[in-house]
Amino acid sequence: MAMLEVNNLKVDFDTPDGTLQAVRGLSYHLGAGQTLGIVGESGAGKSQSVFALMGLLPDNARVSGEVMFEGEQLLNRPEKRLNRIRAARIGMIFQDPMTSLNPFMKVSDQLTEVLVQHKGVSRKQALQESLQMLDAVRIPEARNRIHRYPHEFSGGMRQRVMIAMSLLCRPRLLIADEPTTALDVTVQAQVMGLLRELQQEFNTAIILITHDLGVVAGSCDQILVMYGGQMMEYAATRDLFRDPTHPYTKGLMGAIPRIDEQIDELVTIPGNPPNLMNLPAGCPFFSRCPVAEPRCYHELDPPQHFEPDRIRVCNLPREVIR
Amino acid sequence: MSEQQPLLAVENLQVSFDIMPRNAWPWSRPQKLRAVNNVSFTLNEGETLGIVGESGCGKSTLARAIMGMVPSQAGKVVWLGEDLRGLTLKKLRKRRRRLQMVFQDPLASLSPRMTVGDIIAEPLRTHCPDIRGSELWEKVEVIMDRVGLHPHQKNRYPHEFSGGQCQRVGIARALILEPKLIICDEPVSALDVSVQAQVINLLKGLQRDMGLSLIFIAHDLSVVKHISDRVMVLYLGNVAENATRAELFARPQHPYTQALLAAVPVPDPERERAKPPAELEGDLPSPMAPPSGCVFRTRCPLATEYCSREVPVLEDKTGARHWVACHYVK
Amino acid sequence: MFFSDKHAGMGELADTLADDAYTEGRSLWRDARRRFMNHRPAVASLVVLVLLLLFAAFGQYLSTWDNESIDWASLPNLDEDGVPSLASQHYFGLDPIGRDLYQRTVQGSRISLMVGVLGALTAVVIGTLYGAISGYVGARTDAIMMRTLEVLSAFPFMFLVIVLMAVFGRNVLLIFVAIGAVSWLNMARIVRGQTLSLKRKEYIEAAMAIGVHPFLIVLRHIVPNVLGVVIVYATLLVPEMILFESFISFLGLGVSEPYTSWGALISEGADAMWTAPWALIFPMLMLVLTLFCFNFLGDGLRDALDPKDR
Repeated sequence: MAMLEVNNLKVDFDTPDGTLQAVRGLSYHLGAGQTLGIVGESGAGKSQSVFALMGLLPDNARVSGEVMFEGEQLLNRPEKRLNRIRAARIGMIFQDPMTSLNPFMKVSDQLTEVLVQHKGVSRKQALQESLQMLDAVRIPEARNRIHRYPHEFSGGMRQRVMIAMSLLCRPRLLIADEPTTALDVTVQAQVMGLLRELQQEFNTAIILITHDLGVVAGSCDQILVMYGGQMMEYAATRDLFRDPTHPYTKGLMGAIPRIDEQIDELVTIPGNPPNLMNLPAGCPFFSRCPVAEPRCYHELDPPQHFEPDRIRVCNLPREVIR
Repeated sequence: MSEQQPLLAVENLQVSFDIMPRNAWPWSRPQKLRAVNNVSFTLNEGETLGIVGESGCGKSTLARAIMGMVPSQAGKVVWLGEDLRGLTLKKLRKRRRRLQMVFQDPLASLSPRMTVGDIIAEPLRTHCPDIRGSELWEKVEVIMDRVGLHPHQKNRYPHEFSGGQCQRVGIARALILEPKLIICDEPVSALDVSVQAQVINLLKGLQRDMGLSLIFIAHDLSVVKHISDRVMVLYLGNVAENATRAELFARPQHPYTQALLAAVPVPDPERERAKPPAELEGDLPSPMAPPSGCVFRTRCPLATEYCSREVPVLEDKTGARHWVACHYVK
Repeated sequence: MFFSDKHAGMGELADTLADDAYTEGRSLWRDARRRFMNHRPAVASLVVLVLLLLFAAFGQYLSTWDNESIDWASLPNLDEDGVPSLASQHYFGLDPIGRDLYQRTVQGSRISLMVGVLGALTAVVIGTLYGAISGYVGARTDAIMMRTLEVLSAFPFMFLVIVLMAVFGRNVLLIFVAIGAVSWLNMARIVRGQTLSLKRKEYIEAAMAIGVHPFLIVLRHIVPNVLGVVIVYATLLVPEMILFESFISFLGLGVSEPYTSWGALISEGADAMWTAPWALIFPMLMLVLTLFCFNFLGDGLRDALDPKDR
């Protein structure tokens, strides 16, 4: 069995204006040491789906489905149990390191706190290990800088501190929610390179959430494409880029300007991002899809598995999309 | 071809800010932050200039300095033959009629308590007070249609629109006076990819149809490549390179441009994995304590001791309008 | 091409039709009104205040007495005959010198409410403009305006009021002047603070880029966006003004007879507290009720207009 198995994950939010369907029936699996990229635009539900895994959703969220992590159920477990799993076995990195690092605590304190809490080591031991980890993420002069505050680091450095913090307990799975979106492109290249190296060294599986197809092309083994809370397509990276089988994936790839090619006019996907309060019962991509049929508004066929390990969720056959 | 007067010629522009260092006494001297250091470029009519750079390179400050929204300390901003820097505020406001701006955050750039119709009409009301009533609204509706908005939505408020639509409102507002130049400060950075493409295509189409010139500021090189005729690369307030689009992307001369191009992730797994590891180490130096000589030397693979002493001059060595500021360019 | 640029797919048409249905926008004020209606104490307070206003405006018609004439018949035996009763139409009883307290309370309500509301309005108008201009223009002008403000704040206003009263006699108008002079100061500070944070917003930059005259920027863009805070603060200012006036009247410096205010009534009532407690209780109840209601109203407004929710 794979290290992480997600089956029919659904997340709904109860709001005063009605029910918001953030994630509808998501299923995928991830093996040890592999990298899964979850790609989608705003409203796709990518962040919500991983927050559900970690139990980090607000109180008005209703989660259903099944998530098995190393044979153990993750959903709707008591806080106490989840706390033991967090950091120790599943680590997480967020988009904005400034808000995920406590601005009032020194970096050294924040790092050692994780180790003392989860591995029960002494502060001295924890400090040693933290320094090693800071070296591993290539923070220069770690010995001096560790006793500084987060605001004294640059954006790229802070993100490395976050990575170091999340890897301290050698988790089996690392979830990175848009880790480089707020960074400059040269810093992004460094941080992604670092993640790849660390993954090899610690054999950690990574779920990488991003809207940038370029980033997943370089770092991920499998890619999951989401739109409006619904999985659209799932494939190995090379297969997805070589041969997309979903109108949304195809549209997305056409809409990105390329630095390696000269395109005259970008192929656009008309319309606007989905309104999650008011989604069709069928496919959320209905209103923007060039090949949608009336049926697509009302119903969506169950996921089709084809080729070894590819999934697509679309009412129309592959041939129409080519 | 005859020498036409460039639409905009910026010469040796300097913008610095005085920053009070943290924990300073009220009487201590403020530190100088050189946001824009000796920037020069020209823009011809109908051209699109893309300005790229990472954080701290000064591109947003440059845009605002050209518009006169931020004071500059030295240099010239020659617009249609006239130096904007010497003008009084009143005259400057009049010049703004032909020189407009589109901002990065689509929702934040629209006044939350005005209808989008009023927002779009505001420039017209400001500069052409005798256009009123039905004539005014007709113009507003025409421009709304032109940017892809439904005219009957003019009574709606900004928060009722999506990001892409808000940006269209911003563009409509910039267009209504039929300007000659629109400065776009990261206009698509806050938008989703699919919506980005719509807005980029819209801008390109408008430029073609209305003979607009654009200054397009972005940090995303792929977007800049798609829309620009010429590209200028900034680093820490200085110009690193300025060339035609084709030249810059095919034959980048400045080491920073080369590193920047190499770092951009391409949606092609084969190419991405074949890339050598990023060679640009280190972080951006603080703009308040820029390196001596060439500001890029702390991260440059070609840097020598000479680079720390002499500031490289922005020169067009080949005469093909390809300017580079580096001591070691061939 | 797989996707064409214009409207593709029938879904887009559905979106268009849905858009056609509305032409009127949903302004932020409407959202705020909805949030306000959900705040029960605030809505209840609003109802009570409206009733109070009606009381002050039309209450005098509910009995045949007036606020000046003395009820000679009941005067000799005030302790018994002056007690509040529906039969004698002295709903609130008699005051220590035999006048109908109900009518006097109605009269007093008028003055007190007027002072409170007008004082708050003065503060709003003067304070908002002063603060917005100071905050927007910034630099030296801001510094000068703020230093002036600080000097005025340091002024002992009680002293000024007493001097004014002593020189010009007790005049209703003078009270308004005195109150107006005090009330706008804090409002100006608050508005200036809001303006400073608004100045950085992109839509202000956009207005500058268009070339709008700075004064118009203040009026069109800054003032409407500080109104939320201004309204809340103004609502909480009204009870302050009423209290201030009550205090002046309690000291004997407020409105002169036959006009009266809650403060004056309370002052008289306090003197007769042991013999005619109703003379103190009724005006005091009115004052307390009003103050409570304005405070709840202010709470409700603040929740409704909270900028974080925008």
